[in-house]
Amino acid sequence: MKNIHKFFLFFSAIVFSSLPAFAEQEEIEMADQLRSSGKIYIVVAVLLIILIGLIIFMIQIDRKVSRLEKKNQNNS
Amino acid sequence: MKLQWWKILAILLLAYTIVAGFLTDVPRLAILHESIRNLYFHVTMWFTMIIVMLISLIYGIKYLGSQKAEHDIVAEETAKTGVVFGILGLITGSVWAKFTWGAWWVNDAKLNGAAATLLVYFAYLFLRSSIEDSEKRARISAVYSIFAYSMMIVFIMILPRLTDSLHPGNGGNPGFNTYDLDNTMRIVFYPAIIGWTLLALWIAEVRVRIHKLRLKQDEK
Repeated sequence: MKNIHKFFLFFSAIVFSSLPAFAEQEEIEMADQLRSSGKIYIVVAVLLIILIGLIIFMIQIDRKVSRLEKKNQNNS
Repeated sequence: MKLQWWKILAILLLAYTIVAGFLTDVPRLAILHESIRNLYFHVTMWFTMIIVMLISLIYGIKYLGSQKAEHDIVAEETAKTGVVFGILGLITGSVWAKFTWGAWWVNDAKLNGAAATLLVYFAYLFLRSSIEDSEKRARISAVYSIFAYSMMIVFIMILPRLTDSLHPGNGGNPGFNTYDLDNTMRIVFYPAIIGWTLLALWIAEVRVRIHKLRLKQDEK
């Protein structure tokens, strides 16, 4: 009787330990861990910095042209 | 100088695209995985190019009616900006293809059509630079741009749909549903198109103003 009990425990341990493995195969790999550990925010932050930098550059160019246009109007 | 409202809108929409583009849920699809988010960046490059080139075409036709040099300048600078976005679309598509289809380039109707489109527009720029007389240049390039835009539609919208293509949205089954563009992706995708297009128009607008200044300088 005791042996059967042990066997049942052993058997169920094998079955249950292999279950997550089956579940993993079904799933499609995504960057879940990256997102759950919060690191995707770093990528978003970096991209936002790049965007802000480029936009500031763009605004400066825009202003420079505006100044030139004003100068041109005054001269003519 | 106060920034015009549509430039501010461009900034806001692009910031939204980056934040929402990375943090919202996307469909879980085999092969694509997280790279499906490229929809907000790679696909929008082509949408931007098509819209900007349409503006170039409209101003080319406007020139034919009005003979105003200003219309020709807008047509030229929007076409140049459109080509830049087209090149970015081609390169980003190549990277995406490498990691989903396994090759930088495949002999596919959509890809070759996109490359041919760029060649047609390179020819437009070469044509412009090869004609000295400004009125002649404006007239000929306006007529050519009608041809160029029609070829673009044939190359990237019609031909790929007549044959089989690896690229989503082709092979006789066009439409957004084929790349499982669900509603959560739409609320990022459409604003992204507007944002990138407005940025392209901003660049083109500044280029137009510089071009006009240069012309004025030459007159003196």
